Amino acid sequence: MEPGEHLFRQESGRIVTALSRIFGLDNIALAEDVAQDVFCRALEVWKLRGVPHTPSAWLMKAARNRAIDVLRRERTARSLVPELGRLLESEWTMVATVNELFASETITDDQLRMMFSCCDPRLSEDAQVALTLRLLCGFTTAEIAGAFLSTNAAIEKRIERGKKILASSKRLFDFADAELPARLSAVHRTLYLLFNEGYHGASRETPVRAELCREATRLAALLLDNARVATPASHALCALMYLNAARLPARVDARGNLVPLARQDRALWDRTLIARGNELLDRSATGCELSEYHVEAAIASLHSGAATDGDTDWERLLWLYDILMRIRPSPVTALNRAIAVAQREGPESGIAAIRAIPASEQLAAYPFFPAALGELELRAGRLERARSHFEAAAALARNPMERRFLESRVEAATGEPHR
Amino acid sequence: MSEYLFLYRGGSRPESPAEGEQVMQRWISWMQDLETKGHLKDRGQPLEGEGKVVRGKQRSITDGPYAESKDIVGGYTLIEAKDLTHAAELAGGCPIFDREGLVEVRPVMKM
Repeated sequence: MEPGEHLFRQESGRIVTALSRIFGLDNIALAEDVAQDVFCRALEVWKLRGVPHTPSAWLMKAARNRAIDVLRRERTARSLVPELGRLLESEWTMVATVNELFASETITDDQLRMMFSCCDPRLSEDAQVALTLRLLCGFTTAEIAGAFLSTNAAIEKRIERGKKILASSKRLFDFADAELPARLSAVHRTLYLLFNEGYHGASRETPVRAELCREATRLAALLLDNARVATPASHALCALMYLNAARLPARVDARGNLVPLARQDRALWDRTLIARGNELLDRSATGCELSEYHVEAAIASLHSGAATDGDTDWERLLWLYDILMRIRPSPVTALNRAIAVAQREGPESGIAAIRAIPASEQLAAYPFFPAALGELELRAGRLERARSHFEAAAALARNPMERRFLESRVEAATGEPHR
Repeated sequence: MSEYLFLYRGGSRPESPAEGEQVMQRWISWMQDLETKGHLKDRGQPLEGEGKVVRGKQRSITDGPYAESKDIVGGYTLIEAKDLTHAAELAGGCPIFDREGLVEVRPVMKM
């Protein structure tokens, strides 16, 4: 097992899903407790005995055994209302039914259904993300709160509400449901938010953020394994994640400082991920559906194909941003578009484009909004203005890494070290 | 070379599986090191926290573990070392000390 690969993240979703079908969706907490117990015991055994050759199979077997123990014990202690009712109540059919729920194919399919259940429209996007991280990636409340700069209490509340909604739906989302296309969009959105939180998010810890990206990518890849949900948009979303993840090694330098795209060492970009992303992007180009993920992946692909920042095809980039603004307009997209305008037509046009962003007050707390203005003023030679923008940006920094980067920009606009 | 039994006592439980995995990785490296250097006789087994204690002429049975939880034996390993001092030195590499646990080192009685 590779250190940092976090086996339990991958297996947690599978085990919790199987257990929640066994104990019922209204007993998710029990499923989580049992899964947690299985992991703790596995770690105790592996500590001394070493990690088995197939840790995943070991965990599944242990979880299955624990499930059977719990069913035998709880049947008398309290009434479990499992999805499969009678089959699990009778000793005759119980073991075979549990085995079936732990069968590899069933569990893969159920895990995907659980993902769709977590993205219930009755839940806010934030709650969908939190619930997905908890049930499919085994994140603790403290880990989710850390990743989203939120409090344990706030996250716990979101998760509790999520579990209530799950309990009320009685069974996992069914792919035959007419709601499938809408629900798939919600799943895409949740995974996209999850990835972006890791990529651009505010958490101060780089390993946590890389893990969010990795988990989002892993879950998105699951969509491609099921013909019903392996749509062009699912492919495009995966392509986007691979292409962006390819740049992760270059985003932070050896001293832990943020490196903007234009100044990244492109030799550090992961060519394997880029190739995989481009391949998925090609495969996403079927049918007539054009999602925001298609356009964003095309933007990421365009960057990854440019040998230097100067070689970027700004004309095409701007065209892609224009499309993205039509499909899914947002102030951040408008800001990125304005930066592309500046690259093609010079800083004055860029500043004008930034000033023209509709609803730019939504960017009031976004440090890279004043930072972008600062860069363009700097390029236009107006140091005084550039500095005040960078100072405003530094004051908005969400973590020490952003702060160091933005303070270095203040210095760049001053020519003197910033204090 | 003589044999020594390491009894792992106490040690706090990890807060999360992520933390548990880190702890486990440290144990695995330590064990690997003992193995490469030829000190590992039997990796041993972890023990459950629960148990029974049978005592006295009456064979009275009570729920164990009897000691305070910080002293409960959580597992054991059989190792080979030159002497007791050497064995204690080897135990010093155990990751249990990061988590408020201790290692009891006991020589196996020889003929």
